[in-house]
Amino acid sequence: MRSSLDPYRIREEFPILRQKVRGGKPLVYLDNAATSQKPQVVIDSLTRFYSEDNASVHRGVHALSERATLAYEEARRSVQRFIHAAEAREVVFVRGCTEAINLVAQTFGRQRLQAGDEILLTEMEHHSNILPWQMVCAEKGARIRVVPINGRGELDMEAYARMLHDRVKLVAVTHVSNVLGTINPVREMIAMAHERGIPALIDGAQAVPHMPVDVQELDCDFYAFSGHKMFGPTGIGALYGKAALLEAMPPYQGGGSMISLVTFDRSTYAPIPQKFEAGTPNAADAVGLHATIEYLEGIGMEAVAEYEHELLEYATHTLERVQGVRLIGTAREKASVISFEMEGVHPHDIGTILDQEGVAVRVGHHCCQPLMSRLGVPATVRASFAIYNTREDVDRLADSLARVREVFG
Amino acid sequence: MSDLRELYQEVILDHNRQPRNFRVMPDANHHALGHNPLCGDQIEVFLHIDNGVVTDVSFQGSGCAISKASASLMTTAVKGKTVAEAEKLFHRFQEMITAPVESEPDETLGKLTVFAGVREFPARVKCAGLAWHTLHNALNSDDTVASTE
Repeated sequence: MRSSLDPYRIREEFPILRQKVRGGKPLVYLDNAATSQKPQVVIDSLTRFYSEDNASVHRGVHALSERATLAYEEARRSVQRFIHAAEAREVVFVRGCTEAINLVAQTFGRQRLQAGDEILLTEMEHHSNILPWQMVCAEKGARIRVVPINGRGELDMEAYARMLHDRVKLVAVTHVSNVLGTINPVREMIAMAHERGIPALIDGAQAVPHMPVDVQELDCDFYAFSGHKMFGPTGIGALYGKAALLEAMPPYQGGGSMISLVTFDRSTYAPIPQKFEAGTPNAADAVGLHATIEYLEGIGMEAVAEYEHELLEYATHTLERVQGVRLIGTAREKASVISFEMEGVHPHDIGTILDQEGVAVRVGHHCCQPLMSRLGVPATVRASFAIYNTREDVDRLADSLARVREVFG
Repeated sequence: MSDLRELYQEVILDHNRQPRNFRVMPDANHHALGHNPLCGDQIEVFLHIDNGVVTDVSFQGSGCAISKASASLMTTAVKGKTVAEAEKLFHRFQEMITAPVESEPDETLGKLTVFAGVREFPARVKCAGLAWHTLHNALNSDDTVASTE
């Protein structure tokens, strides 16, 4: 059965995709795991906000401030609806997934971690789900332990079970690997952690744009994601946290908006989520995020997941037939990310040649240097797909890989 | 495709396939590490310097065709040169790969002018420069890791 989603109709809504690059070659954009392109409705929402509603939110009594505040809080409710959070106050706006994880590390982490405690990560984590924990662990004398992966790029669940013991104070795992495409069994992992009373943070940066996410069904304690990977603006993202946890956490940054009463001796803090949103918030990009959520709701995340799965299967079969290509990451549950290497040619050279053909991929370590070491490769080529990519894009990629062979022999 | 041929000239492809002086030098008296954080490439340059002359030079590491060929050609260019001459070569090479695209490459650089093609590819200039920055550190006994950033 073919998916109901029509990528050609969707493409028309993304103005950037109409261009030709490198001497007239139509752009094939396959770097969606790094950042996604924006539909016209999202671009227009930013223009409209700055043209009509811009003001400081949660402050003024004037008309513009009221409208801006309303738009900002409506954006929060759209995130709540999109990820199925129980309450809007469980959604904290941040700059992106990286800031969301840093927020939890610097508040929850600093409050809860003691010497000898452990945080469980996995071998496939992005640097943004490693560094924040390394920093707080160094401060507290706690340590990171790492759940290994198997040859296909799936987590070793038996090892995970063994590693869950009483010294573990948090499990922090990615929902979908940005390199391998692996969809981790996070619901099961969260349940296993909860059996021992251990909370779990899920890095959802690569999941939210590609599949339905229900934080209540997952029962995660924290869920972090970015707007720019889901066709929204840069500079906006969200941290979901269970209300009771957020309430018990100290503030992240100090400043305006996050307070209740201030004297020079001491201050009291605003209720959640404002407690974590010091300073003038990024209202315009929150409005842009709202627009992208409505856009995706219009398509339907089930349809997105179904279409991208079909495209992944087509791309996998197509690339497997290209001479010298070895796929890296062959998990049974995969999102639309394909990493590969090509015999005798460094990924960087492949990236340059593909670019000359108008095909944009990511080459390098993908902010996953520990994973690269585990895989024994210095770098990979990564093609990552989104709703506007077509089978023709996959064919252009495969044809361009043939040019790599022409150059390198 | 013409730009690509300009970048991946036969000399470069040859030195990528069969890098010269690609080995560890156990008795090196100067050595340095280089790292390109953008792509993860790592290189190690070994020198034997006697009375101010580079009597032997080698490298090892992993990298793209541009960085590997650049390192390979570098070793052939600096062997037998004085430290001062090698240093000067580093500066002239660096000048060439960062010069405006339309300028004529410094012909006195000989074979090394094949890397003038990277000027058309801003993302690849660092690949060509990594080995030379590492050489510069090794010549100056600088123990910090050379970086392209």
